[in-house]
Amino acid sequence: MAYSEKLIEHYENPRNVGTLDKGDTSVGTGLVGAPACGDVMKLQIKVGPDGRIEDAKFKTFGCGSAIASSSLATEWVKGKTLDEAEQIKNTMIAQHLSLPPVKIHCSVLAEDAIKAAIRDYREKHGNRPAEQAAE
Amino acid sequence: MKGVYEMSSLQEMKIAADGQNRPKTPIYLDYQATTPTDPRVVEAMLPYFTTHFGNPHSRNHSFGWEAEQGVEKARAQVASIIGADEKEIIFTSGATESNNLAIKGVAHFYKGKKNHVITVVTEHKCVLDSCRHLELEGFEVTYLPVQQNGLIDLEKLKAAIRPDTCIVSVMAVNNEIGVIQPLAEIGKICRAAKVYFHTDAAQAVGKIPLNVEEMNIDMMSISGHKLYGPKGVGALYVRRKPRVRLEALIHGGGQERGMRSGTLPTPLCVGLGEACAIAQREMGAEAERLKALRDRFYDKIREQLPEVYLNGDLESRIPGNLNLSFAYVEGEGLMMGIKDLAVSSGSACTSASLEPSYVLRALGVEEELAHTSLRIGLGRFTTEQDVDYAVEHIVQSVQRLRSMSPLWEMAQEGIDIKSIQWAEH
Amino acid sequence: MTNAIYMDANATTLSCAAAQAALDAALRMAGNPSSVHRFGRAARALVDRARVQVARLAGATPENVIFVSGGTEANNLALAGRGERPLIVSGIEHDSVLKPAQLAGARVLRVQRNGQVDVDDLAIALRETGRPAFVSIMLANNETGVIQPVREAADLVHENGGLLHCDASQAPGRIALDIGELGADLLSLSAHKMGGVLGAGALVLKNEIAIDPMLIGGGQEKFRRAGTENAPAIAAFGAAAEEARTNGHAERLSALRDRLEARLADLDIAIIGGGAPRLPNTACVAVAGKSSETLVMALDLAGFAVSAGSACSSGKARPSHVVLAMGYDEEVARSAIRISLGWWNSESEIDLLAARLADLAGRRVHILPDMQPAA
Repeated sequence: MAYSEKLIEHYENPRNVGTLDKGDTSVGTGLVGAPACGDVMKLQIKVGPDGRIEDAKFKTFGCGSAIASSSLATEWVKGKTLDEAEQIKNTMIAQHLSLPPVKIHCSVLAEDAIKAAIRDYREKHGNRPAEQAAE
Repeated sequence: MKGVYEMSSLQEMKIAADGQNRPKTPIYLDYQATTPTDPRVVEAMLPYFTTHFGNPHSRNHSFGWEAEQGVEKARAQVASIIGADEKEIIFTSGATESNNLAIKGVAHFYKGKKNHVITVVTEHKCVLDSCRHLELEGFEVTYLPVQQNGLIDLEKLKAAIRPDTCIVSVMAVNNEIGVIQPLAEIGKICRAAKVYFHTDAAQAVGKIPLNVEEMNIDMMSISGHKLYGPKGVGALYVRRKPRVRLEALIHGGGQERGMRSGTLPTPLCVGLGEACAIAQREMGAEAERLKALRDRFYDKIREQLPEVYLNGDLESRIPGNLNLSFAYVEGEGLMMGIKDLAVSSGSACTSASLEPSYVLRALGVEEELAHTSLRIGLGRFTTEQDVDYAVEHIVQSVQRLRSMSPLWEMAQEGIDIKSIQWAEH
Repeated sequence: MTNAIYMDANATTLSCAAAQAALDAALRMAGNPSSVHRFGRAARALVDRARVQVARLAGATPENVIFVSGGTEANNLALAGRGERPLIVSGIEHDSVLKPAQLAGARVLRVQRNGQVDVDDLAIALRETGRPAFVSIMLANNETGVIQPVREAADLVHENGGLLHCDASQAPGRIALDIGELGADLLSLSAHKMGGVLGAGALVLKNEIAIDPMLIGGGQEKFRRAGTENAPAIAAFGAAAEEARTNGHAERLSALRDRLEARLADLDIAIIGGGAPRLPNTACVAVAGKSSETLVMALDLAGFAVSAGSACSSGKARPSHVVLAMGYDEEVARSAIRISLGWWNSESEIDLLAARLADLAGRRVHILPDMQPAA
């Protein structure tokens, strides 16, 4: 199985590894996957006053593809509104990293992690639109 | 010892001479997947590719005789390392074929009279698949469980044997966790019950002393490429007294006493024979050397990393194997971080699948921990420097990946991972 | 054997330089082709490359090449995959087809006097079965070299909705080989008959069809043949296939063979299969009144390696089943020797053999008991 350079680069120099304060109301946390399945992603977003994602962090238990997919996901969501971030599809991640077919599920998990983080943020704010919620 | 790596670095130097950078040699630590062919074995084989290239079954000219002599010498060498008679050695294309032949061959011969087979859940895929195949044909198969240390419970074996049991197949050494089954005890039980005892000894021959008489073994599968011999060749020991009856899988010229047709690959047979002879000579000292390296490896890892678990019994284990679970770090991800080390997560044959190892699951290792395991295989060309380098890189990589692992973070925070409702996916 | 002249290419050939180089490099590599690390990937790359080379040789696609341990396994695997289809084989097949066919109660086709299978008998057999059959006819016979009417047979088999298997072990480097043109659905190849090394062979499929595996376990070869791939032998196989495809020796071999037969023309001999299209390298010669066993042994003592019948027989003196199937009587079948040439043979070697054969044919051959090798 040959991996793309982009994938390896993300694996070796992952962006935005870390943890945001789960209790902070401006933070949304997504935790997806399962240890028994061999991959778990935690992806967090911090939404700024303008309703845009100003910071994102991740931690991942999984293979190189899973780590690279989540690293890329944090990079892509930054600066986006929640609606824009929701438009990130697993296929875009898979294509960007040239994931081999057996690793497509890693990109699916990354998409799920973004969605879960957004959902968590919205739930914290009674599902109001982000601009109002951020106020 | 002059290793294969010296030889391959000769090739690398040639590349370097062509103006390219000499690649950094990766360290091979996957001796249970395959072993490099010992240069002495290659030397023994080469004349049979060129000078003595005859078909060993050409009985009418000297090219054939020379080839035949090579094959027969090899047969004696293979017999010698397991205490058998050379007439009891059947050459095959490898342990997969030997296992298929032993299990399906005996079962087919006794079909209708004896329809029960006993094996173990941690056997190699080719044994399990042969048994599944027999089930489709109407045989009954008992899959014995293993204890937490990977060994079978002899009482369970005794209880499983029935009047219509035709064969008990228990591997000598497990390919993933390296544990050694109590062969002599199993042999005694089978002999008393008048049931054939077959053992897949692909990982055992040349690593631990084996004797088919003392251990009451009726059939034994042997692999060339797991004992520094060539790929594409193996053997099946088939006892003559009392005679084991089996039906051939491959029919044709009637070679190998009718049990395995096909032109014998002389150079490969010679290579297997030489590999056995070398292993027989060097086994004692080599086992001690490997055990020291293995202990060094394990001790250094444990000194530097918490929450590392050894899978399988430590005492009843071949010296060249470690199977470790690095909790909270996924095995494949870890392998990517230690690119200079060739190790495996799970068995090489199934590593393309994403399922955690069925062997580890059979020991009762939880799935999340099974996902974090690496098999580290040490062997004839492994040095102390290799071990130290490998430990250093594994430790670094595990530390880095744990710092990125949400599970490690939770564990540090005291959150019980089992208490979380994980989503299925 | 530095002083002997090897003329038993149909039993096994020398390995060609390209194959030896490929083998040599591969033997010095570690790595199980199923392992995901770089050692494993390097071994996998060798196997994949060889798969392309063998596919090209046979005019097939790489995914339809199944590597096995040799020609015998390829033939057994092919026949094991016939499913419920009734089996029909020719009477001159290699034992690795005939033996499993006999166990399966196959219909055996008649062979004409010239050594070619009787296609009319095939038509009858197909009519008799009344349902799609599995037919196995070799491309060129290993003992006589006679090339079989495979295309014609294939058309009949396909009209009947059946499948045709063709053991093409003796063809590479000697005659054209293309699975599509032959009309075969399955094709067996043996590496050591084409300048590769012992321990590798292939079953090649024209189209992807279901194969019932004989060896099960690790899932290698897309679940059609389990067992760690013999990467060195397979790499050598690939190199030999490439060599056979691009650099055959047909013209030179047929010139040598014709030269031999011309030199023997005055003797009381029969060229078995001489009236049919043959492999360029093979001469099957029956010398009147001389048993093949005696003749082969006398030739060996004189430094020539030729054979009586096929090498796979157990060593017992047995009349050639191929020559018998052609309708010759037992005496002829017991006297047929096979001279099969390779690229390493020269004109002067041919002349030496012809002279020696003439000598032996002209007088009674005596072999003292103590000169016989131990069996």
